[in-house]
Amino acid sequence: MPDDRAATAPPLIACRECDLLQHEIALPPHAEALCQRCGAQLYRQTLHGPDTTLAFTLASILLFMLANFFPLVRLELQGNRTSSTLLGAVTTLASQDLLSVALLVFATTILVPAVEMAAMLYLLLPRRLGITVPGRALTFRLIERLRPWGMIEVFMLGVLVSVVKMATFATVVPGVALWSFGALMLTLAAAAHFFNPRDLWQGIPVHE
Amino acid sequence: MNERRLPVTAAARGLLRCNACDLLCKPLAGAGTSNCPRCAEPLHQRIPHSIRKTWAFLLAAMILYIPANLLPIMQSRSFFSVQDDTIMSGVVFLWIGGSRMLALLVFVASVVIPLFKLLALALLTLSVQLRSTWQPRQRTRMYRLVEAIGRWSMLDIYVVALLVALVQVQSFARIEAGPGAAAFGAVVVLTLLAANSFDPRLIWDCLDNDMDNAYRDNDDMENDLD
Repeated sequence: MPDDRAATAPPLIACRECDLLQHEIALPPHAEALCQRCGAQLYRQTLHGPDTTLAFTLASILLFMLANFFPLVRLELQGNRTSSTLLGAVTTLASQDLLSVALLVFATTILVPAVEMAAMLYLLLPRRLGITVPGRALTFRLIERLRPWGMIEVFMLGVLVSVVKMATFATVVPGVALWSFGALMLTLAAAAHFFNPRDLWQGIPVHE
Repeated sequence: MNERRLPVTAAARGLLRCNACDLLCKPLAGAGTSNCPRCAEPLHQRIPHSIRKTWAFLLAAMILYIPANLLPIMQSRSFFSVQDDTIMSGVVFLWIGGSRMLALLVFVASVVIPLFKLLALALLTLSVQLRSTWQPRQRTRMYRLVEAIGRWSMLDIYVVALLVALVQVQSFARIEAGPGAAAFGAVVVLTLLAANSFDPRLIWDCLDNDMDNAYRDNDDMENDLD
């Protein structure tokens, strides 16, 4: 439906970081358009974006399940063995009167990534199957809001640092979840790389 | 066409860019806040109360930065000793233990990045309040850097969480999280919120408003863009 509120007849775009109005130009694949004044990225062109993103999202969901059901590492210290899953680590923290830290870890490594992946699936799978689902715009906004708070890659580095620390006084055996988290970090990065919001927004109509 | 091509912003043209989907919209006449016609996100010319919100988060982060560094983030007990670890002593422990690369990494993530974020955001916010026109491109870059590296400060929180969960071998050794961890976690979250509240377009508004007068002398400019 034509809408006089969408002022995009000659395609203009405003820079996110300096608000400069610029004309949109067509880009070759893998190229990005930069703001001529402040150098911020205006938009980019990905090759076969949505389907590749969907594939990496599905892979991420499987890895995420493995990463949460299996123990991260096993620790052997003078005949004693302990192992813990990520959720186990969160509950241990919570039991030590540090609920805020437990919630922070839970939100950034489990809750936000899970919701983000589910939202991506909701946007991309019906699109692939040719079904129109309600609430796409809302789902999209949710993803944009949540993105800064998913921190799987930082967590992965945290796992490595703690393994090195524990290795000084105990035997550390990497678990299934450790490898899964490593792989998850890569598939999530790939999904984010191929995810091009512009492709999807252009399929969503402008309402009055 | 005129010779002086001055930059024109969406704000100068009375247009609003949707923060979620980038659609350029015309504001509804007379209405207070309107929503994006494509994604229903509330539309704002700039992030509302950006400076005030940024300062609020930033000051809270600065205050909590002190206990975050002075209080122990964890306590290790063994048969013979009880050892309190602050963020800095954790770095020193790694360095002495021979993992110098890792010590450096943790030092950057837990000490350099939070300090840089606090100072950079204070500088950015102050420069906007003073309506500075100094190096806007460099300042925008600095903001981009703050946004990109901020999350890595969470590193130590994860290290504490994992050590606490795994080292629970009752009689021999035991690691407990300390109050410093809560303070440090709060600093990381508050600086992330501060960075989210800061609107980098304000940096450029100081320049654009200087040019407002130039626009008004220059009627051709309007026609040129229509």
